[in-house]
Amino acid sequence: MERKVELNRIGLTLADYKGKPSTLCPGCGHNAISNQIQAAVWELGILPEKIMKISGIGCSSKSANYFLDRSFGFNGLHGRMPTLATGASFGDSSIKILGISGDGDTASIGMGHFKHVIRRNVPMVYIIENNGCYGLTKGQFSATSDQGLRLKHQGVNILPPLDLCMEALISGAPFVARTFSGDVKQMKQLIKAALSQNGVAVIDNISPCVTFNNRDEALQSYSWGREHEAPIQDITHFQSREEVELQNFEEGTYREIQLQDGSYMVLKKIDKDYDPTDLHAALDLLTESYKYHYLPTGLIYFSEAAPTIHEKYDLPDEPLNRLPKDCLRPSKESLEAINVALY
Amino acid sequence: MMVDPTQKLEQDDERIVNEVCIAVCTVNGSGSATSNSILYRALFHMGIMTSGKNIFPSNIKGLATWFVIRASARGYTGRIAHDDVVVAMNPATIDKDVTYLQDGGVLFYADHLELPEIKDRELIVYPMPIKSLMKQVDVPRNLQTYMENMLYVGIVGQVLRIPEEILKATVEQQFRHNPTIAQSNYNIVKLGFQYALENLEKKDRFYLEQLPELSDYILTDGNNAGALGSLYGGLQFCAWYPITPATSLVESAIEQVGKLRKDPETGKNTCVILQVEDELAAAGVTLGAGWAGLRAMTATSGPGLSLMTENIGLAYFTETPMVIWNVQRVGPSTGLPTRTAQGDLSMMYTLGHGDTQHVILIPGTVTECFEFGWRSLDIAEKYQTPIFVLSDLDLGMNTWVTKRFEYPNQPIERGKIVWEEKLEEFKDWGRYKDLDGDGIPYRTVIGNLSPKAAYFARGTGHDEYGNYSEDPENWSDMLSRIGLKLKGVVKDLPGPVIRRAKAEADIGIIGMGSTHDAMVEAQDILAENGVQADYMRVRALPANSAVREFIASHARNYVVELNRDGQLEQVLSLEVSEYSEKLISISVIGGLPLTAAWTADSILAKEKKGGKKS
Repeated sequence: MERKVELNRIGLTLADYKGKPSTLCPGCGHNAISNQIQAAVWELGILPEKIMKISGIGCSSKSANYFLDRSFGFNGLHGRMPTLATGASFGDSSIKILGISGDGDTASIGMGHFKHVIRRNVPMVYIIENNGCYGLTKGQFSATSDQGLRLKHQGVNILPPLDLCMEALISGAPFVARTFSGDVKQMKQLIKAALSQNGVAVIDNISPCVTFNNRDEALQSYSWGREHEAPIQDITHFQSREEVELQNFEEGTYREIQLQDGSYMVLKKIDKDYDPTDLHAALDLLTESYKYHYLPTGLIYFSEAAPTIHEKYDLPDEPLNRLPKDCLRPSKESLEAINVALY
Repeated sequence: MMVDPTQKLEQDDERIVNEVCIAVCTVNGSGSATSNSILYRALFHMGIMTSGKNIFPSNIKGLATWFVIRASARGYTGRIAHDDVVVAMNPATIDKDVTYLQDGGVLFYADHLELPEIKDRELIVYPMPIKSLMKQVDVPRNLQTYMENMLYVGIVGQVLRIPEEILKATVEQQFRHNPTIAQSNYNIVKLGFQYALENLEKKDRFYLEQLPELSDYILTDGNNAGALGSLYGGLQFCAWYPITPATSLVESAIEQVGKLRKDPETGKNTCVILQVEDELAAAGVTLGAGWAGLRAMTATSGPGLSLMTENIGLAYFTETPMVIWNVQRVGPSTGLPTRTAQGDLSMMYTLGHGDTQHVILIPGTVTECFEFGWRSLDIAEKYQTPIFVLSDLDLGMNTWVTKRFEYPNQPIERGKIVWEEKLEEFKDWGRYKDLDGDGIPYRTVIGNLSPKAAYFARGTGHDEYGNYSEDPENWSDMLSRIGLKLKGVVKDLPGPVIRRAKAEADIGIIGMGSTHDAMVEAQDILAENGVQADYMRVRALPANSAVREFIASHARNYVVELNRDGQLEQVLSLEVSEYSEKLISISVIGGLPLTAAWTADSILAKEKKGGKKS
């Protein structure tokens, strides 16, 4: 019997979105992210050629090769992913950017670029695959490692962690989320929502390193995450209003937010009335999570996006990288006028 | 105007006409840049070949600054170490400033300054009653210092016989956007002029006389020229971070991009200029844009280049076009940010770890800054590699009398970028596959919607398709192909400029960049001293066969440059290793432009000792 292969709305199979086979450790949290990216883009029905993947250096950044083989990719330098993404974004602003980074890449060597790409509001999804350690150099502390963490060759971490969601919030990111590789259902919805909005979207994805930092008490381990994860809402992404209506959500139990591409995310309340459009509430939530030792996940903050960097330049409708040569060279007469003015 | 710098100076005993070096000594932040530029431009409008060099401190307000104008009807406009005329406006430096005057020299000084002991000197002294003259006019307090500077324009101009109407026209041009300001400035110039006319008896020998118009020439700086050249070269993207002396290159582009680079039909911008957080980002953002198919450039100076190194290595190995302007200042380290040097050549030539080799264009005139601005973008895209344009503070920030800009004589070269349709023609395309045997692969860029177009660029080992590879043979093949590609680039690089001696020459002198004028003058001084020398100015690296032949055809080649270690001499010794014994280094570093006298003296001294290599 021939098995029917499922197609998305543009007629492609999930296999059309696959990447190279992963060379990361079996069970690595990053593989879960690669799979969910593949699924999210397929479900959204975005042509893989309309995505570009930009990454830095580290296990996380290698993973950009393990999904969306038909998308252009650039595995660049340690910490410098946001700079490559900024420049590349101007080539053709219709191409969506998946920026793939890690905690070493973003929280240490690339912190400046991270904050400045947010300040510039380069339209992109910035995913930090945060495992609280350096994996590719075999298990050193990172700037998101918990204070007191013990690693095999490192002893005890004496420094407190940086929180990348907080850094994103105070830098002005219009979309800030945290998710966990042990909660792939939520992860996929957040990726879909992030790809549907039009500014910089930061997803801090807690993604355990099974080889170097997965002891039960470690902040970024599977077991700590499973025991302490506290989703702040149940998030689902819908392509259209009709799809939302079909769900028959009970009134007063959810909030719907329309995204810039016309799709919707629906946030179902879980226990308390968290308002993801309230910046102070978001910062309070993160501060408390350290005080009370839990892992809040979900959409932490969302605002109507400010203009993107591209919108500030009044660029042609046609992609800049397709402009014909004759658009690029001013006239001979204009140079003559310059010569005259400089006499 | 045809200038023959070798023609003998014909002066009668009394008068020295159109040959003078004027140093204006002021305090920075006092507006003297404007008054000096009026003096300078007035000479240019009189048809006299002139240079103007601003020697300024790394400071915003209050420290000493000098503006040295050298007029030479013979066309010798390199720096000279002595002054004929000193205009002393700065109490802090007047003592020292006077020491640069030779006997017969002329001192204009603001008469409220304390005059140093000059009794035993044969100087002609003109006091300038700046403060008392200023009392005759109604000038707002905040403009007082600025206007004082306009007074010396009038006084010096009158004594040196700059026609009044030339001064007037020049002031009007300087303030062409505001006739009221032009008038109030001219009133002060005129006041100074009138004072000199009525009160100062001319005792010195320096005269300026009108010559035929320099109609083939313009007055501008290399940074402005580089910016314009890039904009006419189809620049689409520039990411940058401020640094002296490269800043004004990008600022010139910012000023002019709106006028020059709006799509005539839609009015939309076709070129983006973006200031970013540091030079790491400037290089990374530029690289990203180049990778995405934009003609991309950044501009920096030594310290910035150090920070850009990592990204430039990535651009080299991922074969991504980008242009990097390095407007050199004095290093190492923070060095002398406002002084000129040629000390980054060795660093740039193989910038980055591992096996790298870069292409460097070296403009020697402001007009070449324009030309190399557009050419560099073409070469970068054709060869898919970073291209350096090596300028320096003297060329970049000083205003030069230079040949008019010529419109690019070649269409924009985009290299082997392939879009959907063309890609279909290839049976087995790979991003790094050498299909033509020239080492240059075909490249696709984002937005190409063919399912075959995408590839994964990486700084790690990769095969012809961009796939990760640690295979030893593959690594070696990849680097060899990049090497082959860069051998091919030489035919597209500007060859050297050669100026032959009047007679058979046994020796060669070699220079690069902004030292050109001093080198030409040095060549002539050598000839006057009985040493015939051919002169070659290297305009690009890797060197082409003309450079090799020049070196081969001379018994000795003196390589003259502004650094400690003789970097061009070192690079050429490697490039043309079979003739390295023929290369002799003459180098100096102090942050000032080269002088012909020092150059000629150094070469003559070496020649006397038999022209030994060291």
